Amino acid sequence: MSVGTRLFFIFLSALLVNNFVLSRFLGICPFLGVSKKVDTAVGMSLAVIFVMVMASIITWLLNLLLVAMGLPFLTTIVFILIIAVLVQFVEIVLKKTSPGLYEALGIFLPLITTNCAILGLALLNVQQEFSLIETIVHAAGAGLGFGLALVIFSTIREKMELYEIPESFKGTASALVSAGLLSMAFMGFQGLVKL
Amino acid sequence: MAAGNVKTFTNGFIAQNPTFVQVLGMCPTLATTTSAANGLGMGLATTSVLVMSNVVVSLVRKFIPDKVRIPAYIVIIASFVTIVDLLMHGFTYELWKTLGLFIPLIVVNCIILGRAESFASKNGVRASFLDGLGMGLGFTGSLVLLGSVREFLGNGSIFGLHLSNMKMFAMILPPGAYIALGVLAGMFNFIGIKKAKAAKAKAAK
Repeated sequence: MSVGTRLFFIFLSALLVNNFVLSRFLGICPFLGVSKKVDTAVGMSLAVIFVMVMASIITWLLNLLLVAMGLPFLTTIVFILIIAVLVQFVEIVLKKTSPGLYEALGIFLPLITTNCAILGLALLNVQQEFSLIETIVHAAGAGLGFGLALVIFSTIREKMELYEIPESFKGTASALVSAGLLSMAFMGFQGLVKL
Repeated sequence: MAAGNVKTFTNGFIAQNPTFVQVLGMCPTLATTTSAANGLGMGLATTSVLVMSNVVVSLVRKFIPDKVRIPAYIVIIASFVTIVDLLMHGFTYELWKTLGLFIPLIVVNCIILGRAESFASKNGVRASFLDGLGMGLGFTGSLVLLGSVREFLGNGSIFGLHLSNMKMFAMILPPGAYIALGVLAGMFNFIGIKKAKAAKAKAAK
């Protein structure tokens, strides 16, 4: 397999086949929490894509250091702290350099620290022993996949507002069932790419 | 045990159930409940981290400056998660392999940080221990319930015990997780609404 094809397959796999939300179950909290309106869903998706790519690059470099020092068991602790620091740092830099983007992403950034999709992605990159370029492509695919699922889901939920749902199924319950149907649609991509 | 302690302990079972009432920790709930046994394993791993981190957070709550408390809690939680991860790798290798990524991800389970922040940082060691144990067991209970439902519908068995020839394979796959949890949450709400109505009718009399 040539390098280009492999990169394309990694991207497609993270975007559709192993979609982070619908098939790997990472990042469910924001998926259920900020999917009531399309606007907020788009804002959240942009913030996640941005942090995912940044975090992947930094954790990949850090992992080299940890392996070189023989401390791979510290991975979890180091990664979560680095992600927390990174999110804070991104927030400060954005506030100074591009207030427009900061306004758009503002409220979503702090929420991302506890988004398990970011830590999960960093750990997956290490597990699958990706190179730096593969890591970046994987992160971009995962972030876009998260965004795709979130935006599709938010449009479904906006429509659902208009229908009459039994009282006990209002809110989370009906959201979960419709997420199940969306996930079933994504199952159709299974077997599209074999890495 | 005093009455207050009993209440602290049983709070997490139904009244403040982490999964169905507080809707926290959704990712492991959905991902690891492909069978009742996996749900039980994940629940117990989370419970042990929750109990230990609650106790330690409660012990050091007076020494940690308010401004750095969240990073401090995260370090405490991450240390215990690493310990549990290594222990499970050593002693329950099969389970460790099945749960995979979701063991290190206990770090970002909102239930644990939530209890550290809202309970252990304000209460004594004994109460925090009981709170952690109760919440953990409540979480474990919901995971086992969801795991049993999915395993029964998808494979016709519970805890590997063959019960019927039901084979709705989709229930074990990702869509089944969402649908089963959604329907269970709807049923919980239904019971809750019925109870509230009954209480209202009683009060009206």
